[in-house]
Amino acid sequence: MTPLAKLLEAALFASGTPVSAAELRAMARHATDGEETLESALDSLRDHYETDGHGVELVEIAGGWQILTRPEFTEAIERAQLASRPQRLSAAALETLAIIAYRQPIGRAEIEEIRGVGAGAILKSLHERGLVDVVARGEGIGRPLLYGTTPAFLEQFALRHLEELPRADELAIALRAPRPATLTGSLVRENGEPPARAD
Amino acid sequence: MDDVKFAAGGEAAASEVFVVELAEFSGPLDLLLSLIRDEQIDIYDIPIARIAEQFLARISTLKLDEAAEYLEMAARLVRIKAQLLLPRRDGEDLWDDPRAELVRRLLEYQQVREVVDHLEKLSEARRRRFARAFQPTTPAAPATGPLSLSLPELLAGVDRVLRLARKPHIHDIVPRALDVDGAIGTVRALLALRARAQWTDVLPVNPEPWEVLSLLLALLELAKLGELRLEQRRAFASFEITRDPASEAA
Repeated sequence: MTPLAKLLEAALFASGTPVSAAELRAMARHATDGEETLESALDSLRDHYETDGHGVELVEIAGGWQILTRPEFTEAIERAQLASRPQRLSAAALETLAIIAYRQPIGRAEIEEIRGVGAGAILKSLHERGLVDVVARGEGIGRPLLYGTTPAFLEQFALRHLEELPRADELAIALRAPRPATLTGSLVRENGEPPARAD
Repeated sequence: MDDVKFAAGGEAAASEVFVVELAEFSGPLDLLLSLIRDEQIDIYDIPIARIAEQFLARISTLKLDEAAEYLEMAARLVRIKAQLLLPRRDGEDLWDDPRAELVRRLLEYQQVREVVDHLEKLSEARRRRFARAFQPTTPAAPATGPLSLSLPELLAGVDRVLRLARKPHIHDIVPRALDVDGAIGTVRALLALRARAQWTDVLPVNPEPWEVLSLLLALLELAKLGELRLEQRRAFASFEITRDPASEAA
């Protein structure tokens, strides 16, 4: 491993949460002569874990990097009570998150319109878990709160960024036969870019 | 509607099962989609009458407060059914299918379900990997919603904070100068009269701590200068001050 790769390994080991590229780059600038790029050092670290057969691996998450254990050891670690899997989200919570992820910024009324049920309690719980946040106020009566996803959302689903979610043409809906032209209703917006943050 | 009542009544024994089962649906659209899937119905040509009946049968055992959203959907289905029964003029091309809006919503909801499946897979994969500093997902970080305060409330809050800040528990340490020179003068004057004195003789009545310290430093200073000797017979006893014979000779 290169010197910078070793430093990155130490830094990522020390941090429990993903470390952003900007943070790693700032650290690398202070610590090395600057000849080695961050990207090549990260590649070097990843190769190190891949080729030598390690119990951990380098994972890119939420715009940063993190060292995580390999999935094949989950059960053994849990049996030893060294760590345990976090709780699953309910179907209702996942539906709400899916809608927010694709339609953000989106208000509560629109979420309820799509799901056909009230969303207040679920929004509150998602907000408390830090998975969604109020990102704007809408137009119209009462200037409704508009919600968007947070970096914690990306972390929870191990997404690098929102664009990693499937695009419109990647959703394999069995009943999507383009029959009547009037039926253009689509979760994904017309341009096919799922997570348009700004309209 | 008679057959609906019959279906619901005939299943009285199974009503508990229905309630439990309904809890598994995340909403009326979920239930509707599941009916359509079970019946293998073309979503673009839903036999509304049949679906509406089945839908009502499924929700009829629910308590009303739980079922408001399901009842709204049931009402919608019945209305669509009625609209479909209205006679149409032959050859009318521009006929708005009353089912169109429902179909649009079902398709949209199905996309949501597909994304949910995807998210579930991602979440499952992530749950199987542990970060080094494993922490159980912190439950309910205190929600910090946007503040909604009137101006007087805000000012009152600021006032409270300022009042708290004004009485901090800080102990002021006031530097109090010791009067070592004054104490030296006192000791010298006493020793000019007497060759021997007790610690208590030079101490003023009801001494302040700074006076005790000044005297102690003065005695040590004079002992260093060779003007007197200090003698303590045992621990914690008062000590004796003796004029130094050498300085006397000088």
